[in-house]
Amino acid sequence: MADRIQLEVVTPTGPVVSQEVDIVTAPGVDGEFGVLANHAPFLSTIKIGVMTYKQGNTAEVLMVSGGFCEVSNNKITFLVESAERGREIDVDRALRAKERAEKRLAAAQRKEEAISQTRAEAALQRSLARLKVSQLGK
Amino acid sequence: MASLKDVKSKIGGVKKTAQITSAMNMVAASKLRGAQSKMEKFRPYAAKFNQAMGNLSSGMDSAQFPLMAVRPVQNIELVIVTSDRGLCGSFNANVISSAEKLIKRYTAEGKKVSLVCVGKKAIGKMKKTGLVRKQYADLMGSFQMFNARAIAQDVAENFLMGNTDQVQLVYAEFKSVAVQRPTTVALLPIQPAASDAEVAATSTGDYLYEPSPDQIMEVLQPLYLNVMVYSSMLEVAAGENAARMSSMDNATKACKDIIHSLTLVYNKARQSSITAELMDIVGGAEALKG
Repeated sequence: MADRIQLEVVTPTGPVVSQEVDIVTAPGVDGEFGVLANHAPFLSTIKIGVMTYKQGNTAEVLMVSGGFCEVSNNKITFLVESAERGREIDVDRALRAKERAEKRLAAAQRKEEAISQTRAEAALQRSLARLKVSQLGK
Repeated sequence: MASLKDVKSKIGGVKKTAQITSAMNMVAASKLRGAQSKMEKFRPYAAKFNQAMGNLSSGMDSAQFPLMAVRPVQNIELVIVTSDRGLCGSFNANVISSAEKLIKRYTAEGKKVSLVCVGKKAIGKMKKTGLVRKQYADLMGSFQMFNARAIAQDVAENFLMGNTDQVQLVYAEFKSVAVQRPTTVALLPIQPAASDAEVAATSTGDYLYEPSPDQIMEVLQPLYLNVMVYSSMLEVAAGENAARMSSMDNATKACKDIIHSLTLVYNKARQSSITAELMDIVGGAEALKG
């Protein structure tokens, strides 16, 4: 087990993943990064997006939204606001959310309301990430 | 002595009350289970969060972050978290009275106090003080993190604008099902728990940061406030139901005691009326004989 890393994904509603994996890739704020076993201590913020992890031949895909991750002592811990697997995602709902967010974004751009624009952008990113995960997770 | 009918209707009334209180007890018990499991699921998140926060801040100069700025304290804000409903013993009263003590102390020290009330009980009690800046009702029970975020954001903005120099969180800590203790914790300026020796030995300086530590800190600090507010709300939600459970249990017991003593009264009244009737009959028979 020396070349595996312990992955923990923790959200406010409870732990989602806790297992040893070969590789983790995650959406960092400055771009996607991958973490293998025995990685140096590392701390990064996570943006809304898709994270994947592999153990042997099985790969899993998760939709994660904002938070951060910490690597130390061959253990990678994600603290994110939410984490969802592909099969847990309601595609219709995500599609509706996407349309709604796009409409709001267009409206916000016309009126130039900064706050609602950032919120709509976040909602749009979340729905896009959900759709992507639901496709990949099939 | 009360008439037979009066006593009987009183017994019926008390029985109905006992039914209601025991139903409330059961409802509170099941709600408590929900709240407790939410709390237990949230704990690992909060614990890891605080640990990471401690790691990160131990190597940093706190003065550069506006949310950590320590200013001479002129204005204090108290965020009081109570439940929305009553009938849970002294649960809310304890929190409110400890908040009132703080208000008194700070006012005596010449500091200005403003209040943010979460939960209807705090709102109702604190209205007359005229210090309430913001109030939030009907947030309990839904356990949505965005509720906590709204409060945390508002408090942080107020702090950043310089309207308050210190923010404290007053709530009831959930020690156990039997014990909920009012507690006060400092919310702003942020002073993360000093990382313990074991953590300090393994970490800090040799971490790689992406983006820079400062930028990470800027993301984490608002999150930290969310976590603090949210966990206090969870504790209050669990504590409220625990307190209601035990107070309703007591009420049911008291009802049973009353029913018992009323039944005694009823039986005595019934017996004495029978005796009186018998005396009448015997007296009548004697009179006829005579």
